Amino acid sequence: MQGPKFKAFRRENGRVGIRNHVVILPVDDISNAACEAVGSVIRGVQSIPHAYGRLQFGEDLDLFFRTLIGTGANPNVAAAVVIGIEPGWTDRVVQGIAKTGKPVAGFSIERSGDLHTIAAASRKAMEFAQWASELQREECSMGELYVSVKCGESDTTTGLASCPTVGNVVDRLMDFNGTSSFGETSELTGAEHIVKKRAATPAVAEQFMKVWNEYNDFINQNKTSDLSESQPTKGNIRGGLTTIEEKAMGNIEKLGKRTKFVGCLKPAEAPSGNGLWFMDTSSAAAEALTLWAASGAVLHLFPTGQGNIIGNPIMPVVKLSGNPLTCSTMSEHIDLDVSQILSGDMTFDQAGESLLELMVRTANGRMTASEALGHREFVITKLYRSA
Amino acid sequence: MRHFLLHNARDNVGVAVVDIQPGQAVVGAAMGSGATFNIQASQAIPLGHKIALTDFKVGDTVIKYGEDIGKVVADIKAGEHVHVHNLKTKRW
Repeated sequence: MQGPKFKAFRRENGRVGIRNHVVILPVDDISNAACEAVGSVIRGVQSIPHAYGRLQFGEDLDLFFRTLIGTGANPNVAAAVVIGIEPGWTDRVVQGIAKTGKPVAGFSIERSGDLHTIAAASRKAMEFAQWASELQREECSMGELYVSVKCGESDTTTGLASCPTVGNVVDRLMDFNGTSSFGETSELTGAEHIVKKRAATPAVAEQFMKVWNEYNDFINQNKTSDLSESQPTKGNIRGGLTTIEEKAMGNIEKLGKRTKFVGCLKPAEAPSGNGLWFMDTSSAAAEALTLWAASGAVLHLFPTGQGNIIGNPIMPVVKLSGNPLTCSTMSEHIDLDVSQILSGDMTFDQAGESLLELMVRTANGRMTASEALGHREFVITKLYRSA
Repeated sequence: MRHFLLHNARDNVGVAVVDIQPGQAVVGAAMGSGATFNIQASQAIPLGHKIALTDFKVGDTVIKYGEDIGKVVADIKAGEHVHVHNLKTKRW
């Protein structure tokens, strides 16, 4: 099955993006100011400031580079300008993004200062923005789409309505030979035995359990309480969720009814083929979505109960809710209202059909609620203290 | 009109899909099978919160989605509100 077609940007490496961003990426925290200056001088580009990039080492540094390079390499990005304090790591990010074949240029601030750097980077950003503005969308198929899934500010309606709606679409996307990824390692706690059974092979199941056990050990080693108020969050509890087990059972509704996952990804690692993939991520929305965008996901499906308002700078986030109170009091944040599932007036198939249609419209260029509201949360996952 | 839902016919709690008032006679439905359940709520159960479908003693297990979602830490009577004051995780 091919599924519905949509018009999107096929990049130099053949990957399909549904947005056409020109990004100004800081390599480190102290280059944010120069990047933001370029972002304010040139129309049609956006800077993506963040808090890290200095003195990191080991696995944490590898993850940092994977995240930054992956963000520039994402098919939703047409071209990238990279600014760092010194030329070494700046060039490492530039070279990483350049492997995709897209236009990328690096600038470093030492021995130039902010002002010369901003002038030179702005000229390049302007050139990229004008070039990108002439790129045309072409017909693409669902099999070329990589969609990540994660819920937030969940409540019991998430497990009843919005997560199973996403699960319905994940099953459909797999029928179309698409690619998807779920994660939230800590939030699978209490349902890990069920997730294990959803692995495509015993080796994948074992790999998943290893990742989950490591995360669970980390929590047990660092906890000072039963984590009530952190997991579940105060918002989850307000919405009626009581325990992590209950939250996890709602969470895994997103995996669909019949899809098996084909492999386990490190944080921000790109899938090596189509199908559904588990990624080891934080359960905090901005951290997790930043990791998926860095792995190449071009669209995110985000079920919410109490109303998480998350967005991402380069990856459109489609938000759906089954909570009638949230849909009425926070309507500007909700792209799809599936609360009729609760009253029995909407089936999962009907909700899935509506979500698929909205996905296609979003892929064709329709702005999501979080895009229109300017939500651009970008949070790098940091594994431990810097050296 | 249904007031609460069960994910699985084995569940011993239901999820309110409307705000339930104390003393209200309420009807629940199981997702999938559609089997119905009748019970009298003895406490207010806000939309999204859980109602006990049976009596629980301390140490009992609450079942939702047909799965273990935690242990009872204060006795609960059928029709009462089940939440953080009487149900805790068995993890962490």
